[in-house]
Amino acid sequence: MNTYDIVIVGGGPAGLAAAQAARNRGAESILILERDKELGGILNQCIHNGFGLHTFKEELTGPEYAARFIEKVKAQNIEYRLNTMVIDITHDKVVTAMSREDGLYQIQAKAIILAMGCRERPRGALNIPGYRPAGIFSAGTAQRLVNMEGYMPGREVVILGSGDIGLIMARRMTLEGAKVKVVAELMPYSGGLKRNIVQCLDDFGIPLKLSHTVVDIDGKERVKGVTLAKVDEHSKPIPGTEEYIPCDTLLLSVGLLPENELSRSAGVELSPLHSGPVVDESLQTNIEGIFACGNVLHVHDLVDYVSEEAAAAGEHAADYVAGKGTESSSEAIQIIPTGGVRYTVPESVHTDKMADKLTVRFRVGAVYKNCYITTYFNDEQVSRRKRPVVAPGEMEQIILEKAKLQSYPGLKTITVKIEEA
Amino acid sequence: MYDAAIIGAGVIGSAIARELSKYEISICVVERDEDVCCGTSKANSAIIHAGFDAMPGTLKAKMNVLGNAMMDQLSKDLDFPFKRNGSLVVCTQEESLPKLEELLERGIKNGVPDVRIINAEEAKAMEPNLSDSVVAALYAPTGGIVCPFNMTIAMAENAAVNGVEFKLNTEVEDIKKADGGYILVTNKGDIQTKTVINAAGVYADKFHNMVSEDKIEIQARRGEYCLLDKTAGNHVSHTVFQLPSAMGKGVLVTPTVHGNLLIGPTAADVDNKEAINTTQDGLAYLQEKAGASIKNIPFRQVITSFAGLRAHEKGGEFIIGEAKDAKGFYDAAGIESPGLSAAPAIGAAVADMVKGDLKLKEKEDFIPVRKGIINPQALSFEERQALIKEKPEYGQIICRCEMISEGEIIDAIHRPLGARSLDGIKRRTRAGMGRCQSGFCSPRTMEILEREVPMSVYDITKMGGESQIVYHENKENL
Repeated sequence: MNTYDIVIVGGGPAGLAAAQAARNRGAESILILERDKELGGILNQCIHNGFGLHTFKEELTGPEYAARFIEKVKAQNIEYRLNTMVIDITHDKVVTAMSREDGLYQIQAKAIILAMGCRERPRGALNIPGYRPAGIFSAGTAQRLVNMEGYMPGREVVILGSGDIGLIMARRMTLEGAKVKVVAELMPYSGGLKRNIVQCLDDFGIPLKLSHTVVDIDGKERVKGVTLAKVDEHSKPIPGTEEYIPCDTLLLSVGLLPENELSRSAGVELSPLHSGPVVDESLQTNIEGIFACGNVLHVHDLVDYVSEEAAAAGEHAADYVAGKGTESSSEAIQIIPTGGVRYTVPESVHTDKMADKLTVRFRVGAVYKNCYITTYFNDEQVSRRKRPVVAPGEMEQIILEKAKLQSYPGLKTITVKIEEA
Repeated sequence: MYDAAIIGAGVIGSAIARELSKYEISICVVERDEDVCCGTSKANSAIIHAGFDAMPGTLKAKMNVLGNAMMDQLSKDLDFPFKRNGSLVVCTQEESLPKLEELLERGIKNGVPDVRIINAEEAKAMEPNLSDSVVAALYAPTGGIVCPFNMTIAMAENAAVNGVEFKLNTEVEDIKKADGGYILVTNKGDIQTKTVINAAGVYADKFHNMVSEDKIEIQARRGEYCLLDKTAGNHVSHTVFQLPSAMGKGVLVTPTVHGNLLIGPTAADVDNKEAINTTQDGLAYLQEKAGASIKNIPFRQVITSFAGLRAHEKGGEFIIGEAKDAKGFYDAAGIESPGLSAAPAIGAAVADMVKGDLKLKEKEDFIPVRKGIINPQALSFEERQALIKEKPEYGQIICRCEMISEGEIIDAIHRPLGARSLDGIKRRTRAGMGRCQSGFCSPRTMEILEREVPMSVYDITKMGGESQIVYHENKENL
């Protein structure tokens, strides 16, 4: 069986940044396994700009952003295999993979970095009633067809869900010659970035109907129309508010789910809150030597944060294989999300293993205006930051300082919450 | 002139076709859709019933028990997934116990092997997620689960290999009596045949009534289902029924033979025989009722919902045989549940009648077996390694949810009655049937269809007809 120090599952933005950082930290034997025919992951189909503002201080397209990482990975001679599907990972870090060229094989890894990304929730997950014709696409599938293959999957489009991919596709479909009639959103707020609502909908005069959903799909072979209805505060359709909209296409942008089938088979503990592995400050899962980063860990809003997080995972994995910092003498401090905070990543921290500063990322469960993000050490409030607005579509963060954690006597829990002013 | 023309390439038409292909006969199957298995056969409970439900002495009872017993050999010969997981009918009220007893008696009279009543304790030991209110259950170990797609496709493929001609995309518009037989008037021209076999599902009444004064009436009765992710597939291991009511067998909860969890069906009569849409009320009903027999169903794991139409004849019984006033016109009509279970027996019964009437001779070179698409996941590590070495396309995964390789998809396209649509590939290989519901793999499956058939990307459809996937190139409409 071949052996590698670090096997990275996934060659998208997370896997690339992790590989690069691990190499910079001194890891020699690194292998990236990528299922697609090229590195870069989903960025390759994200041909719009807006990537890299934080990382490179400029606006790049998805492929450009990916290229910067791919070039470095190549320059660093990091080994990667394309068209390669990992079909199993065991808790003792045996990776089973296959491809047309290399056949079916196993690799013994010292450390594994999970970087498989996420997938879109399909129509079925919403249980939208109606027929099951052609013309219902997840926004990402439509994005691939249009941006990668050059084919238009629709002429008259309704979009359900105002996640970022849905908003981006509203603009793209319009630019490519389709008529986007409306974007409907179940919640009373959008799930996407504010800038995308302005640039992708407002600038093109595409209406956004909040608190609306699709209650019926018409058309036996190809979509002929959908019925929209307003929903009440429990997200239940209100009778009498139905409106039939003729269209040939329904795009769904109704949420992303981390893809953790492999993690599960390895015995990695998953969080029911963010559907990704439970990790500590080193982004290590419950299985020693298995790390996670990027959208497989939790769904990010900006790729810059993916790169940052993945770089940290890469460094920790490199340290792990070098035998550095694997032992922890301190009890883990639990990070507890509450009061509007849906989850945090990481969910625990060992003070002796953390860097001087640790970024804890999280999402909120609803829109809060004029609120505070507050942090408690045990029961004592230690910080309070005012925010004019926080929303589920945008990731939030707090920074923990090692010195403060270590000097706090008897620190057992850190609580993060949203408090209204 | 054909000796026989079968209308409908569902599980019944395909079963009859396969049985008749054992004889020296010229035969065609006329199907309006672009593929076999496109109607009721593709949207049902995927259950092989043990046979305790139908009234003793009925054709339903007889064909069910016979068909059930044929399944082991048939699934082996034709290489499709079938498993005897056993079924339970759950009784949750003391006062309903007599009904359970009645069901047991019926089962015994129908000849269902080893059927018995078990107490709540035994039932819960077999099925830990049974509702706490269970007081007793009927246990039938011969109940099974099957892949209805591959069962139908396997029989159709085997029939095709044995000389049956399948005329797809061909819709029968009229049937005329003619010298020595019938003329089927179709959208693709006339078909002359000595005999007609009517296996047209919900439309069987339309064709029967074209030639017979002894009218029948098929009521489409819609059943809606929810399919849950494989992570929920172990929630039950047996097929769990609720005690039947006047409108049907109640909501059942069952693992599928592929490891998903299936919940359904509803039962609602609909006037429109094309109404395979799910409804808000129907889906809500399933969520509400399924809990009566099974607790803690993870409905958040639903990956798709669908509906099928039962072909309910007003008399409530299968109609199998030659129409009284139309010689050479055979019905296999009103085949609602347990139609899938009964299909092999119905196939044999109808073939027997036609054989006698046409004085058919057995074929010497009949090929009784068919090899299905290789399932690499069922192979050992070494076998799979060897397969990929020999055929590298089995090393390229296309559908990442179900882990389906390019090799399997190519096979699905090139085998007899090969797939020409995304749904056709899905039913044969399961590519696109997983938790992302074809989000990732459909563009790649389209590429393979385009190259292998070959066909234009604009002609690729989800399910034939007007169900094209893409319209034109970007900016063509600007």
